[in-house]
Amino acid sequence: MKGQHALVTGGSRGIGKAICLELARQGVNVAVNYSGNKEKAEDVAKECQSFGVDALAIQGNVADSASVQAMVKSVIETFGSLEILVNNAGITRDTLIMRMKEEDFDAVIDTNLKGVFNCAKAVSRQMMKQRYGRIINISSVVGVLGNAGQANYVASKAGVIGLTKSLARELANRNIRANAIAPGFIETEMTDDLPAETKEELLKQIPLAALGKPEDVAKVVSFLASDAASYMTGQTLHVDGGMVMP
Amino acid sequence: MATINERITKIVSERLGVDETEVKKEATFKEDLGADSLDVVELVMELEDEFDLEISDEDAEKIATVGDVIEYIERHQ
Ligand SMILES: NC(=O)c1ccc[n+]([C@@H]2O[C@H](COP(=O)([O-])OP(=O)(O)OC[C@H]3O[C@@H](n4cnc5c(N)ncnc54)[C@H](OP(=O)(O)O)[C@@H]3O)[C@@H](O)[C@H]2O)c1
Repeated sequence: MKGQHALVTGGSRGIGKAICLELARQGVNVAVNYSGNKEKAEDVAKECQSFGVDALAIQGNVADSASVQAMVKSVIETFGSLEILVNNAGITRDTLIMRMKEEDFDAVIDTNLKGVFNCAKAVSRQMMKQRYGRIINISSVVGVLGNAGQANYVASKAGVIGLTKSLARELANRNIRANAIAPGFIETEMTDDLPAETKEELLKQIPLAALGKPEDVAKVVSFLASDAASYMTGQTLHVDGGMVMP
Repeated sequence: MATINERITKIVSERLGVDETEVKKEATFKEDLGADSLDVVELVMELEDEFDLEISDEDAEKIATVGDVIEYIERHQ
């Protein structure tokens, strides 16, 4: 993967940050996308550069197709090619369905599901021309299991799995692979907010009896992006301590 | 400056990996030139770049032969 170029959406924090750093460690040049956290994204880009690769921070709202198009264009102009896309940006707006507002549903679907569509579409032309591309989409364990209080999020993450399969079939004969990762409970700002009892309950459902680390997900992203996974497409890998055993 | 005809022939032959002599007006992309549906989409995108125009999906669907492309480009240039 050395010398290749990646765009990681939502690379400023959490799992996305770990993905950027892991790819950089493997010699991949990285575009670190963020939505509002410019400073954090720039810090991640700097940290990537310490591995001797090119890295830049780039603003872009994945939910907005015009914004995504402009971002992808700029990344391709700067890098000259784009081999890897990691769709990691995601949000939650948790509440029980009876209380869930239409805006809450739309916002989560727009970012988590349509965001993947927007970014995959925007890079597809370049990747088709190159006859080379790896798309890795971050879904979630709850996209497979379902979860009370997360109807919007679960729908978006289940959607990502289906979208991944379609991308895989549509682009396979152009040597573009698309796979998904369904992380379980990973220690980030997203899970920091959980109350202590909820966390304890959660641990009981995890055979490996621990929360995951962003790096655990990042390592699997790096595997899927590499030629070690060259015979895999359309798959969802579960990085969840054993919560789901499909 | 190459004619529209020549420019189209060059793009089609390069994109589909066929000899320029095979790119006749009556040749169909799918049957005669062996294109699959992704090839046709790619071809349309390349023609858009080359001739600086936008071909709607509706119009793109009607394109079956090399002659269709030439006619379309000539009409919209
Ligand atoms: N944490 C978990 O336990 C867990 C489990 C399963 C799946 N996941 C999934 O893993 C991914 C990363 O989660 P995380 O916990 O690392 O999240 P996080 O710490 O909350 O970070 C979210 C990232 O997404 C970016 N972002 C949000 N909305 C965006 C938009 N519209 N356009 C572009 N970027 C946007 C944020 O950018 P700014 O910094 O600029 O706001 C930030 O970089 C998400 O898809 C999440 O659903 C997480």
